[in-house]
Amino acid sequence: MKTNFSAAYLFLTPALTAIFVFFFIPVIAAFIISFTDFDIYAINNYGTARFIGFNNYIALFNDSLFWTALKNTFYFVIVAGPLSIAVSLGAAMLLNSKLVKFKPIFRLTYFIPVVTTLVAVAIVWRFIYHPRFGILNYFLEFFGINPIDWLGDPNWAMPAIILMAVWKNFGYNMIIFIAGLQNIPEDLYEAATIDGANGWQKFKKITLPMLAPTTLFVSIITMIGFFQLFAEPYVMTQGGPLNSTLSIVQYMYQEGFRWWNMGYSAAIAFVLFFIIFIGTLIQFKLQKTLEA
Amino acid sequence: MFSKKFILHFILIITGIITLAPFIWMLSASFMYDGHANVYPPRFFPDEFTLTQYTILFERLDVGRNFFNSLFLSATVTFVSLFFNSMAGYAFAKYRFKGKNQLFNLLLSSMIIPAQVTMLPLFLMLKSVGLINTYMAIIIPGMANIFGIFLIRQYVLSIPDSLIESARIDGASDFRIYRSIILPLAMPILVTLAIFTFMGTWNDFLWPLIALIDDSMYTLPVALANLMGEHSKDPELMMAGSVITILPVIVVFLALQKYYIKGIMMGSIKG
Repeated sequence: MKTNFSAAYLFLTPALTAIFVFFFIPVIAAFIISFTDFDIYAINNYGTARFIGFNNYIALFNDSLFWTALKNTFYFVIVAGPLSIAVSLGAAMLLNSKLVKFKPIFRLTYFIPVVTTLVAVAIVWRFIYHPRFGILNYFLEFFGINPIDWLGDPNWAMPAIILMAVWKNFGYNMIIFIAGLQNIPEDLYEAATIDGANGWQKFKKITLPMLAPTTLFVSIITMIGFFQLFAEPYVMTQGGPLNSTLSIVQYMYQEGFRWWNMGYSAAIAFVLFFIIFIGTLIQFKLQKTLEA
Repeated sequence: MFSKKFILHFILIITGIITLAPFIWMLSASFMYDGHANVYPPRFFPDEFTLTQYTILFERLDVGRNFFNSLFLSATVTFVSLFFNSMAGYAFAKYRFKGKNQLFNLLLSSMIIPAQVTMLPLFLMLKSVGLINTYMAIIIPGMANIFGIFLIRQYVLSIPDSLIESARIDGASDFRIYRSIILPLAMPILVTLAIFTFMGTWNDFLWPLIALIDDSMYTLPVALANLMGEHSKDPELMMAGSVITILPVIVVFLALQKYYIKGIMMGSIKG
């Protein structure tokens, strides 16, 4: 391709300027703010903010509410992540079977929750979880399960949010898994069948290893997305009951935009970034060890 | 005994019912009078059909205004970002310039930074120029995005260089080549990205919640969450609000689902 400096830079300038000014500079600014006591007074006069070193991070370390938010978010990511990936893989494998008719209709149906507005479905589910009038408890009654106060019981509120998140998200990863499954050569399974392998052996020895790159991608994007949990608790529980569903992003939002403790809030944001970064590294490492 | 085929379809159909049940209940409750969804056992069809909840939303709560905000902002962000991203994606795919790979890798690796990190300074920046609580507060951060540039670059890479070369020999300018060759050929990916951006902006919650202050400026998700505060005991009204918020994205998705699904697959192929 012909080298043409000026044209290339003209094409890049609008997008890169926007990304630089409204993404990279804010990231750096947030990092600096996280080392200051930037508060409501500083909003109108930046000069009143002072550098306080690592004090925000030290304060976070001693903040029991932050630990609660951290614990809740990890609970959510560690349970909802693998669960939604397992459901996605299961659905993808069912839909990949040659016996299934009307595949496109099933695929489309399972995908609908993915595209719908999170706030709106969270509101729908809030009523679905209603202890007396909700449809979930009504169905569970057929199986002899007593009514559960899903969003009012500190032990059930997070499982309720997890259940909804799995319902909302499994269709997305399912699509990616279907693509991955279609790339596995059919003759691998045929050869295994001739060698007398059963379904479980084929799944463990062929499907899972062949899907490893897909699974890595799916787990990373799922993890990154789930660590940013916010709208569900904001709409369904406001972080309650007893802070049992308070998430990191929600705590960041409250500190930053309700109490205007922006220095503290920026520190929370960076801890979140750090966790996501480490999480991604671990997944890459884990994948490497499994492949070796 | 049941055949394997029967069991397979049985599981798929049950999963389908579980997937759709919340939407069916939402739709049906939205057509009920006050209090008719707060009953035991729950109703899956309205006992008496009414549009009263929708009338309340549009006439008394002025949700039409929020609907317009969502529509206008999603369309504008989609249009602007498509323009910016496609130019940048084209440059990354088909031009050679100093530092290209480093720049591209820097962009790709920064995709791991969660957007929440930028929100505090972004708020302060926009506030200092008086743009908080305006449409610009939503449009400006959405003007370009790395994922969009990446997606377009991947696609444009597959357009043969010879097409561009021969146009250049015919005397076409760089911008002309972009407009008359690249854009038409990249149409499938542009449609895909348009759907992603439109839905992403329509469904976005945290940033609009931060950047928009007045009821009249709210997008639908923010208006809906706000409404929930006062109407948490009115499922019929809230379900009508949810229907209004969800319906447009479902319609867009059903109409253009092929492009959407293709985009997910493309995004999942690592570059």
